[in-house]
Amino acid sequence: MNYQALFAQLLVGLINGSFYALLSLGLAVIFGMLNIINFAHGALYMMGAFAAYFLLNVAGIGYWPALILAPIAVGIFGMILERTMLQWLSGLDHLYGLLLTFGMALIIQGVFQNYFGSSGLPYAIPDELKGGVNLGFMFLPIYRGWVVIFSLIVCIATWFVIERTRLGANLRAATENPTLVRAFGINVPRMITLTYGLGVGLAALAGVLSAPINQVRPLMGADLIIVVFAVVVIGGMGSIMGSIITGFALGIVEGLTKYFYPEASNTVVFVLMVLVLLVKPSGLTGRAA
Amino acid sequence: MKTAMRALVSGSILALAVSSSALAQDKTIKIGVLNDQSGLYADVTGPGSVLAAQMAVDDSGMAAKGWKIEVVSGDHQNKPDIGVNIARQWFDRDKVDVIVDVPTSSVGLAVNNVVKEKNGVYLNSGSGTSDLTNAQCSPNTVHWAYDTYMLANGTGSAMVKTGGDTWFFLTADYAFGTALERDTTNAVTALGGKVVGSVRPPLNSADFSSFLLQAQSSKAKVIGLANAGGDTINSIKQASEFGIVAGGQKLAGLLMFITDVHSLGLKTAAGLSFTEPFYWDLNDGTRGFSKRFQEKMKNKAMPTTVQAGVYSSLLHYFKTLDKMGGNSRVGIKIVEAMKAMPTDDIIFGKGSIQPNGRKIHPAYLLEVKKPEESKGPWDYMKVAATIPAEQAFTPLDKSSCPLLKK
Repeated sequence: MNYQALFAQLLVGLINGSFYALLSLGLAVIFGMLNIINFAHGALYMMGAFAAYFLLNVAGIGYWPALILAPIAVGIFGMILERTMLQWLSGLDHLYGLLLTFGMALIIQGVFQNYFGSSGLPYAIPDELKGGVNLGFMFLPIYRGWVVIFSLIVCIATWFVIERTRLGANLRAATENPTLVRAFGINVPRMITLTYGLGVGLAALAGVLSAPINQVRPLMGADLIIVVFAVVVIGGMGSIMGSIITGFALGIVEGLTKYFYPEASNTVVFVLMVLVLLVKPSGLTGRAA
Repeated sequence: MKTAMRALVSGSILALAVSSSALAQDKTIKIGVLNDQSGLYADVTGPGSVLAAQMAVDDSGMAAKGWKIEVVSGDHQNKPDIGVNIARQWFDRDKVDVIVDVPTSSVGLAVNNVVKEKNGVYLNSGSGTSDLTNAQCSPNTVHWAYDTYMLANGTGSAMVKTGGDTWFFLTADYAFGTALERDTTNAVTALGGKVVGSVRPPLNSADFSSFLLQAQSSKAKVIGLANAGGDTINSIKQASEFGIVAGGQKLAGLLMFITDVHSLGLKTAAGLSFTEPFYWDLNDGTRGFSKRFQEKMKNKAMPTTVQAGVYSSLLHYFKTLDKMGGNSRVGIKIVEAMKAMPTDDIIFGKGSIQPNGRKIHPAYLLEVKKPEESKGPWDYMKVAATIPAEQAFTPLDKSSCPLLKK
């Protein structure tokens, strides 16, 4: 066995895992706080990448400001969706939210595809992160290293805010018992809207991060979202830390599959999902329902 | 219920009788454009192919000669079962006469069987697999624009001759990819080259870094990309990220279209070479057609080889039907007549259709220009070599098509 190649695959898996982690984190936040299975997540991720593309090509704003501006813009779009549509579904079965967000995803993707075709638009890697370092066992593009580190920081920060701060405590309390939390003078609907905005912003952030690696394509999210859902199911719906860890772990598993049996690399995640569901239906870190 | 059924049966028998008695002077044609309307091959084929078919109808002057022609389109989503269903429906219910385009070799081969069974006409310019005119050839089929043999021979031979004698393949895991890998391997080994390995990523992968790393560590001089569309774009882009070209290995995009180059941008694509039978800026004929196409195209793209192939194949089909004086709807007879007539149009110039159904014409080894060489949008390629029609496609004595063994 070739250890060099194996290490390289592990590292590549970690890079892909950071996208899975960022996306499944957003899904977990939204599910945990709003009880909505957000199928539009992939489309919003795609919008993040497109926002970065437009900022650069229309307004001349580069990668670094886009890292902040694109998630805010898409986050606002998400909050409008929540205010105008999703909020009416609170209290209904999960299925309604799933169908609504799935429909929204199809519409958003259709509109983008109508105007931009399917092969995608180029987005260059920022000059500061061009090039790569030779690690001995592989050539690591600096940009990919940056993606891993940056998304780790974002994931941990999000976890910290929700699990360890007063704001997060209020949020979690509002999910448990909205009426009681309202009685303390906290505006629960506004908090829920902002939470949805945060989850969507995380998706858009992943979109900006992936723009220089993948082409900016209308279907970039549709391809990814199914895998990310599997990640969330494996990690346990609603568990923040669970989805972060599973995201990275599954990236690595996928990387290893690409090395040992590439034909199965698209399906390995789902095989794992089936196994986990059989053994522990609430997911690896999920609380029993 | 019983009487309703009886009425239905007798009605359809009547309809059958009427339609067959009208055979002689029937001057109606229904064209079905079957392709990927919204997925990864939508820019290469998709709505552009429908436009090309409509342009062929308008340019043929058939309407003035009393012909009524209708174009319908369908989205096979790159899935053989969906493609087969649409094709069956078209023949059984909608009375479509000819199916054109059909990219994605797995779908292209599946539809090939349906057309043969229904005795229709199949003008395929979207699929790559050379099996369409070899093991799986059919008397109802003409394979029009390009095939894996042409791609492999053009690009493969050119690379080996300039020193790229060890190859590693990145092969899309379906009929087209494996056919292309096989044909390129033959071309490379015939000239004394060696294939050191290959890996097969699933169709429509987003991330190629794992596969590229394997290609990199193989130390092969050439990395052959036996994939297409979005897969090719992503693998080239990510190869430049991992410093593969900078490290001295060469990339061979075995199937590339102008829309891929457009999407990559010249900065990333410069220097790549690949083989195509059509480029918009070849001569006055191709320029004229392409400019008109571009004006009508929603996203102002230039036509791809496949779209130009749809146009060219339909023109020849119309010419044949007009000469026959009516649409007999007997696919085998029409294709036979098409083969008997030499082809000549503004897209591919003079050519012919071989007995195995292969349309032959010259192919060009193209090289992507450097950004400073390009004079403007869509000015992307220069012709590095011309491969004559007889050498560009499978020689007849090497074709395994059963139709040739009479």
